[in-house]
Amino acid sequence: MADEDVVLLDFWPSPFGMRVRIALAEKEIKYEYKEEDLRNKSDLLLKMNPIHKKIPVLIHNGKPVCESLVHVQYIDEIWPHKSPLLPTDPYQRAIARFWGDFVDKKIYGLESRKVWSTKGEEQEAAKKEFIECLKLLEGELGNKAYFGGENLGYVDVVLVPFYSWFYAYEKCGNFSIETECPKLIAWAKRCMEKDSVSKSLPDQDKIYDYVLHLKKVFGIE
Amino acid sequence: MKWRTIFSSKTMGDDEEVKVFGMWASPYSRRVELALKLKGIPYEYIEEDLSNKSALLIKHNPVHQKIPVLVHNGKSIPESLVILEYIDETWRNNPILLSQDPYDRAMARFWAKFIDEKILSTARKVSFTTGKEQEHAIEEVTEQLKLLENEVKGKAYFGGEGIGYVDIVANFLVFWFGNLQEALGINIFSQHKFPFIFEWIQKQLKIDMVDECRIPKDKHLTYIQTRLAAFKSASK
Repeated sequence: MADEDVVLLDFWPSPFGMRVRIALAEKEIKYEYKEEDLRNKSDLLLKMNPIHKKIPVLIHNGKPVCESLVHVQYIDEIWPHKSPLLPTDPYQRAIARFWGDFVDKKIYGLESRKVWSTKGEEQEAAKKEFIECLKLLEGELGNKAYFGGENLGYVDVVLVPFYSWFYAYEKCGNFSIETECPKLIAWAKRCMEKDSVSKSLPDQDKIYDYVLHLKKVFGIE
Repeated sequence: MKWRTIFSSKTMGDDEEVKVFGMWASPYSRRVELALKLKGIPYEYIEEDLSNKSALLIKHNPVHQKIPVLVHNGKSIPESLVILEYIDETWRNNPILLSQDPYDRAMARFWAKFIDEKILSTARKVSFTTGKEQEHAIEEVTEQLKLLENEVKGKAYFGGEGIGYVDIVANFLVFWFGNLQEALGINIFSQHKFPFIFEWIQKQLKIDMVDECRIPKDKHLTYIQTRLAAFKSASK
């Protein structure tokens, strides 16, 4: 990996950025981390992701890759030397991709955000839906150590960043994820024992402060 | 065309069972059918009534309960983009849908996501809004189509020389989108505005398997109009 030039345009609370950080750490790829100010996006970000103008962007030897699920697969394909993230069997790969897509739609989707951004009935409905989705994931995890089996895999990398947001969700939604999904929390803690994960995720308290800040900015409560 | 004659007899064994749960007017299930046809994989097609989903569909896709679902030797795979990758990884004969190059693969996945999350989602907004809101959605989808136009410019297909993953995902532009626009009485999508996409459509139409995935126009127009009428009476 001598001549590799890897740059990550990121924003610290972004779970999408965290995915890329974890995947790169799993592969032991050195990279330059560039924090973006989303209110004042850099020319580099606008140039590298002209379509969505969003972080994270991975720039590998000058070429940009956008969209975090695309990143994780790209990183897995371009650096296959260690820590394979996707399985080799086409059916197992399809199942992993299915759950990756599920996490994006249901856990990171606009509906789940209502757990902290709304109140009353709307919040209760969002909470119920959110917990149901977490339970489906817990069911998929089953008795495995990781979604990927014995080792951290694609779905783990895709989902675990959200663990850093759990505390904010719980505080704002006034509920306990551990009570609802104890096995999922045990899994998250298992993932956090890995440096690749723990060093890529910010503290839950910091995310909670950030969410409080967002609520103020958006004029919620 | 040629692909079929070359590959039809040697793509799979007799013991393979391939089923597709789909819906005739869905661009998502049409893309699964197109991929199977291009690869020369025989399959059984099961039409779903979306207002009264079958127990089998729910069994095969308990999480989303949506079409399309591919069932291969009893194993079910939902979500059309996931299915396309599965098809390409399982049946390695031509046409190869995703390039072997990781960067090209990343770009193909990026555009597929863009088509699903932006263009198709905005097209839905155009269908189910009126007045100012619809005008805004029309502007939005036009901008998104321009980005796609720019992407196919100067290329035979999105993936390069042959039909591939993004072409199959964008296949809704060949029949579905034109029908939608006609049913809605709007004019977003024309050869004048999108010459490169239209050139690409002409190329698609010459492929037999694409033609086999044609959505019957009259039936489709009636279907869209019925849905719109139901939507309007429900939202009054």
